[in-house]
Amino acid sequence: MAKIIEGLKYAPTHEWVRVEGGVAVIGVTDFAQMEMGDITYVDAPEVDDEVVAGEEFGALESVKASSDLISPVSGKVVEVNAELEDAPEKINEDAFANWIIKVEMSDPSELDALLDAAAYKNISE
Amino acid sequence: MFQYFPHTGEDIRRMLERIGADSLDALYADVPERFIYRGEYDLPAAMSEQQVRDFFEGLAAKNPKLKVFAGAGAYDHYTPSVIPYITSRSEFLTAYTPYQSEISQGTLRYIFEFQTVICSLTGMDVSNASMYDGPTAAAEAMRICVSQAKKKNTVLVSATLLPQVLKVMEVYALNAGIRLVRIPAEGGQTSLQALGELIAAGDVAGAVVPSLNRYGIIEDHAGFADALHAAGALLVEYCDPSALAVLKSPAEWGADVAVGDGQPLGIPLCYGGPYVGFMACRQALIRKLPGRIVGETVDKDGKRCYVLTLQAREQHIRREKASSNICSNESLMALWVTVYAALMGPEGLREVNEISYGGAHYLEQQLLATGKFEKVFDAPFLKEFVLKPLVPVEELQQKLLDAGFFGALKTEEGYVSFCVTEKRTRAEIDQLVNVIREGWL
Amino acid sequence: MKYYDKLIFELSRPGRKGYSLPENPYGPMLLPAGLGRGSKAMLPEVSEPDVVRHYTNLSQMNFGVDTGYYPLGSCTMKYNPKINEEIAAMPAFQGLHPLQDEATVPGVKAVYEGMDKALCAITGMKHFIFTPCAGAHGELTGLMIIREYHRRRGDLARTKIIVPDSAHGTNPASAAVCGLEVVEVRSTENGLVDVADLEKLLGPDIAGIMLTNPNTLGLFEREIGRIAELVHACGGLLYYDGANMNPLLGMVRPGDMDFDVMHLNLHKTFSTPHGGGGPGSGPVGVCAKLAGIADTMQVSGFHGNFGVILRAYAYILSLGREHVKMAGKLSVLNANYIKESLKDCYKLPIGSVCKHEFVFDGLVDDGSATGKAGATTLDVAKRLLDFGFHAPTIYFPLLFHQAMMIEPTETESPETLDAFIEVLRKIAAEAAADPDILHQAPHGTPVSRPDETRAARTPVVKYTPAV
Repeated sequence: MAKIIEGLKYAPTHEWVRVEGGVAVIGVTDFAQMEMGDITYVDAPEVDDEVVAGEEFGALESVKASSDLISPVSGKVVEVNAELEDAPEKINEDAFANWIIKVEMSDPSELDALLDAAAYKNISE
Repeated sequence: MFQYFPHTGEDIRRMLERIGADSLDALYADVPERFIYRGEYDLPAAMSEQQVRDFFEGLAAKNPKLKVFAGAGAYDHYTPSVIPYITSRSEFLTAYTPYQSEISQGTLRYIFEFQTVICSLTGMDVSNASMYDGPTAAAEAMRICVSQAKKKNTVLVSATLLPQVLKVMEVYALNAGIRLVRIPAEGGQTSLQALGELIAAGDVAGAVVPSLNRYGIIEDHAGFADALHAAGALLVEYCDPSALAVLKSPAEWGADVAVGDGQPLGIPLCYGGPYVGFMACRQALIRKLPGRIVGETVDKDGKRCYVLTLQAREQHIRREKASSNICSNESLMALWVTVYAALMGPEGLREVNEISYGGAHYLEQQLLATGKFEKVFDAPFLKEFVLKPLVPVEELQQKLLDAGFFGALKTEEGYVSFCVTEKRTRAEIDQLVNVIREGWL
Repeated sequence: MKYYDKLIFELSRPGRKGYSLPENPYGPMLLPAGLGRGSKAMLPEVSEPDVVRHYTNLSQMNFGVDTGYYPLGSCTMKYNPKINEEIAAMPAFQGLHPLQDEATVPGVKAVYEGMDKALCAITGMKHFIFTPCAGAHGELTGLMIIREYHRRRGDLARTKIIVPDSAHGTNPASAAVCGLEVVEVRSTENGLVDVADLEKLLGPDIAGIMLTNPNTLGLFEREIGRIAELVHACGGLLYYDGANMNPLLGMVRPGDMDFDVMHLNLHKTFSTPHGGGGPGSGPVGVCAKLAGIADTMQVSGFHGNFGVILRAYAYILSLGREHVKMAGKLSVLNANYIKESLKDCYKLPIGSVCKHEFVFDGLVDDGSATGKAGATTLDVAKRLLDFGFHAPTIYFPLLFHQAMMIEPTETESPETLDAFIEVLRKIAAEAAADPDILHQAPHGTPVSRPDETRAARTPVVKYTPAV
């Protein structure tokens, strides 16, 4: 059973968002890491890169597969989780505790289009 | 019926029965009738093995045997007898790509050794399992420059790269939407000043320059890496791996990527192929490398073993987002080169270069002494050089051919190029020079 | 196979040599300061006998077509004739420099012309070029030809190429390298291209379509006539991926199906050896109107892999017009025989007559009823290795989650197929009784279940001597 946390926003493509002021903290859900299996690499953008809601901003790699990361919001990348470069398996260990990027949102109203925990639980089962 | 088809009439009948089909043709019932080819194939009648052998012996005999005094991307170095003996072992020759690592440790280990050999010669941190040839490896390096640079779309290419390297890069660049700009030469070498000016013009993602260029000249790349890195661009060195045993390595020049063709490492000329391209780079670029990569690991019992790794870069997983489309490469030729490197070692390669250097310099000196050539460049060369001919080139080439020599390749500028390897004896050189000395009496 | 755990570098000792060179009759080499190599390259120093023993031992940890059967779908692992090796090794071919004038290599010219003519006869195309060095390279070249064709027409809007969702990964990858955007067309539940979906995708921005026929499920695209009409009507060209040409040998010609450009894999259909991953050769064939453009495509340094082309030519001459007619049919016979013999214990998503290959979608009974984790396609593949067979292609095409694509070429005997069938039945029974037997497989190979995660997370890609 995949873990789901209340209070976060979710995208149907299995990313979660925690809002801290004007910044969106983004990661992937427990469901996503279970689907991927052992994550061997996180292909993340760089600080100052622009991301667009609904568009790919990176990828998760496992031995046999690659899964695009889709940004839930638009804006500028202000921080990238450096720990994941040497230890991508942290996402397997705890998907919700290990965020991937932090984005300064250009349009916070995009959050309204995302799902809440209950709605995400429905579609991911 | 035919020696490669095991099926007898009885076998076919029995198998059709299991399938529930009336005939072999019935197995194509889903193909619209108009597409079934009912005619005779315009092919010769089947030849017996003896006839096949005779046919090709006839074709082979039509090609006069020549002593090769030309290079320009294909070098007549000696092939030790051990190599074809190893590469023709059926477990290497008839093996598939090592996706099932448990029964492909032979292939995987030699590829790991090949990657090590290429890293040793180039000084780089990582290498892939091989590419088609040097020119396509250069084209892929050009794509890496642009993919790494984000938003910059120009790659500088030295005018002193071999013509075929430039041509292949142009073909790839046209379709990838990459802008190629030539760095002019000065004194037969890539001009550092021109490089600086082109970088200053902006949009430069990288530069591809030859360590041993089309005139045979050993280029001096001091300052190149600094100029490019200051502008956030990559330095790609196109090199001759055999010459790297004695020349400054791409890593020592500060290069980010090293590419070239492994042909000079004992692969026969074979009218241009199969050869083997290689690509090696700094650790930070490992995920940008196209092609297969073999990595070391352990199995479930802790035994050291090897596997294809970082496959998430490749076409069968990433599809249109793959770093390249390359699938089959030149694996058996990578084995060829690895066995060559194992036999020669650093000392053997140094000797190969010494004898080639000695022969080439001796030939140049003798040719100039005939009075029929003028020196063009005052620059150091290794095993290949160009001269300006004072006699008509076509006549020169024909006289050489008539005497059994292939050399005096004509360059775009109208110079002639010669190459001498350790296979050419001093007596052969003297003979060639004699043909020229006496040619226009 | 015996586990041999050495690397050539580990056999190295300073001062050993494995080479023999003539004396240097010239003086020492004088390289200018600053141009010479700083430190000696780390290469092995090993005697000749030890080099031979090392690589011989390595080879004995390898499986090849000469060892046993490879049921790999889309790879066409047929017998590699030995007369071809003899031809390719002839010194009079090996000693030819690629820049020699045509007049000095009439024997070579005859090979290229002969192959052009033969491949045109077999495929119905009008002209072949030989510079591509592999199938994917041929695909790229074919797409470049298509782009150039539109460019010369002054039509720069054609930026997209249609690729079926069941296509080999090389198709979209080649399109990307060629600067084309990939548009996927869906397959119907019968595994064929959905023509209705295709119609919606066609328009003035379509450069063409890439098709494999038979497709990657081993099914003949019988709507190919209609597909060709539709794509040509919208101004696009048709590309044929020749990876699956084998069943068409002697029966069907891509040129007759109105394809404009195609590639062949000489290391598949035309028997040249795989070599562990090359060298191959991917000649590209075109219709008459594209011949001029094709001749301008210098996609490799010289003339393509001449040594591979020689082998394929020898094969074609051995087959001749008589035997080429049986090659395709026998491969199709073999494929259908296996399919019909195992469809009770392996799931067969598409039951119709296949061509040279077909797809199973995992086990009918994967043993999960025992309470243990069910046996997957990967487990079946690994268990096959214990019985002296190579695994089939697994997890492709993507349409089926437990896909096993099986292709027995025409050079496999009925006895080999029967042995293979029996083993797969045994494995299916093992899975149903106790899937752990499969989870732990292979048991009898030199190594078993390498840690691929470790290899990807911390890549070690070269030997580093211990300090």
